Amino acid sequence: MDRHPRGRRRQAGTGANPLKTTKRKRVSGGKGPASGKRAIAAKRAAIDTPTPGTNAETAPWLSAFAALEHDGWLRRDRWTAPLRRAALDRFAALGFPTTRQEEWRFTSVAPIARVPFRPQAAYQPNGLTPEQFERFTFEPWECSHLVFVNGYFAPELSTLRSMPDGVRVMSLAEALRTQRDAVAPHLGRLAGTDVNTNVFAALNTAFMQDGLFMEIPAGVAVDEPIHLLFVSSPHGRDLASCPRNLIVAGPGSQAAIVESYVNLDDGARYFTNAVTEIVVMQGAGVDHYKIEREGPAAFHVATVQAHLARDSRLASYNVSIGGALVRNDINVVLDGEGAECRLDGLYTLSGSQHVDNHTLIDHARPHGTSHELYKGVLDGRSRGVFDGRIIVRADAQKTDAHQVNKNLVLSEEALVDTTPRLEILADDVKCTHGATVGQLDEDALFYLRSRAIGQEAAANMLMQAFVSDVVHRIKIAPIRAGLECLLFTRLPREHRREAHT
Amino acid sequence: MLEIADLHARAGGKDILRGIDLVIKPGEVHAIMGPNGSGKSTLANVLAGRESVEVTRGTVRFAGRDLLALPPEERAWEGVFLAFQYPVEIPGVSTMYLLKAGLNAIRKHRGEPELDAMEFLALVRDKLKLVEMDQAFLNRSVNEGFSGGEKKRNEILQMAVLDPKLAILDETDSGLDIDALRIVANGVNGLRNPQRSMLVITHYQRLLNYIVPDRVHVLSGGRIVKSGGKELALQLEKEGYAWIDTRADGGVKPAPAPTR
Repeated sequence: MDRHPRGRRRQAGTGANPLKTTKRKRVSGGKGPASGKRAIAAKRAAIDTPTPGTNAETAPWLSAFAALEHDGWLRRDRWTAPLRRAALDRFAALGFPTTRQEEWRFTSVAPIARVPFRPQAAYQPNGLTPEQFERFTFEPWECSHLVFVNGYFAPELSTLRSMPDGVRVMSLAEALRTQRDAVAPHLGRLAGTDVNTNVFAALNTAFMQDGLFMEIPAGVAVDEPIHLLFVSSPHGRDLASCPRNLIVAGPGSQAAIVESYVNLDDGARYFTNAVTEIVVMQGAGVDHYKIEREGPAAFHVATVQAHLARDSRLASYNVSIGGALVRNDINVVLDGEGAECRLDGLYTLSGSQHVDNHTLIDHARPHGTSHELYKGVLDGRSRGVFDGRIIVRADAQKTDAHQVNKNLVLSEEALVDTTPRLEILADDVKCTHGATVGQLDEDALFYLRSRAIGQEAAANMLMQAFVSDVVHRIKIAPIRAGLECLLFTRLPREHRREAHT
Repeated sequence: MLEIADLHARAGGKDILRGIDLVIKPGEVHAIMGPNGSGKSTLANVLAGRESVEVTRGTVRFAGRDLLALPPEERAWEGVFLAFQYPVEIPGVSTMYLLKAGLNAIRKHRGEPELDAMEFLALVRDKLKLVEMDQAFLNRSVNEGFSGGEKKRNEILQMAVLDPKLAILDETDSGLDIDALRIVANGVNGLRNPQRSMLVITHYQRLLNYIVPDRVHVLSGGRIVKSGGKELALQLEKEGYAWIDTRADGGVKPAPAPTR
């Protein structure tokens, strides 16, 4: 791939503190003055204090909560009521974030804030049939598929295969009713830790509907992945859904969980606000996949919060394909010696899609390892944001952290902001980071075309090649094949238009 | 087969080709020699369809068609093949994938059925022998981490698989040691036949000891300043390029002496 962008690039200089590195690149595919005008001033807006959004934005949510409360919604799992109310209060106090806040400076959530979205109060079957989901289940993939419709578990659409002894798998709503002792020590403990800044996690906690609760006892390996299919079928209403997952992997256990977010009403406006909490105990290993294929007018905000104990391992795969406005926060705390995490991400954007991936890897203990590779392909007027923060705490000596973000920009108007943020407080560590933004390599394109491969196929081949290393990291073969197929059918469509201009 | 008339072309804001006339008949091998900067590679790129080179005047007819009107892939479908001077590395795309896609595009264009994986493998195995390459090459990313010799052999392998009517070899000898040169030349000679024409572009006469041309043309200042039989190459080898310039007309600027 071409490493030398034609577009403008501006970087904010390294901060005065030599241990803190913040570099920002913003590059568009264009080389004209238009993209230059949009380039940022190097001056950093150092406003980290939240600025409350207007009451008009929070009010619909507060009244929605009051209505649910009035209808007895909280009675199902009464013990969560204080948690929910406290989260709602925090949401009300903080308001929706604005671009004046550092964590949100490239992503305006105003389009979400100004719509009075309403969460559904209970499961409604809506007459859906399993056939409608076939295209989302990575056929032929034999595993447990748990289907959630508009935030609620749909048992008649789901298949749960047998699990090893002692493994608890159920819908979170059921767990909240029946497994309080297992759930309470973890629920909200992880997503709650940064709730002072993460308004959306607070909003999710207030309204959390359903999702997966999975508890794997010590030493048990669950070989088969569990697929969670979150389906939105808004039927024209301004629907919000608040999926919530809690995965507790006991010492030395193994599991793989796949979250898919899809929709059945193409073009409908709706809002998914998801939170997943993952507790990885000593020596355990969890593979977590999140595959976002929301509808073209959908808003999607998701937080994955993982806590890693000693010698544990997390592999996170974060794929964004659909949605109008998408924000992912993947936060991992390596809170035990020798913990290891691998974060892989892939985003393929077109039209006016906006996808913002924020990752935070907090090395809190010595001998931790983190490897991060995020790749994006951007077409049309799409906008990609990558913000990769790595903290190495004073105690976390011998940390080995690597971060790479690579972007392939196919059009003049697509734009990427990539910001690695390394905050290194220990002195005996190995930390590297790199970010690139490039266009399709013209020489490679010509080479392929001279070998009889048509322009569109050649461009597609190069895009496939660009993302191939991330795709090949996916260990579940049906997902890997399904994604290759998705990318193959999706990527070239807009390129054709670009190519002929 | 190939008829080039009064071809002018610009690249990088400079006039590079300033009136090329050349006719190659089926089965003929023509060599183009010339000093650096004389326009040899530009000519190869124009014929293959590189868009960064702009044709400002002249025509190129290939098998009766207006070659310049076709995009690069359609030229390949019609039977034009360029062996690159600097083959491009394409990480993530295997040679196998590239060749199968290319060959099947050509077959589709000819109205022939596409080859499946087994049929393709059988065909390509046969061609691998020609350039003394191991099958393991096919699964490696195109040219990635290849030595100079491996890259050039890969070019000839691709030529063998795609079976062109006109093969343009752009400095295929550059950077090769004598063993690699022999392998590449043997591969090329194995592909000579009465239907296939070749245009061999080279700075040095050395390659022409192995690939013996029917005609030799000397390119200087964007024009063919002298044409002759294979003995012309020997004369160039002996006397260098300097003598050419004294015979070229006034507009041609002196070319540097060849370095060996």
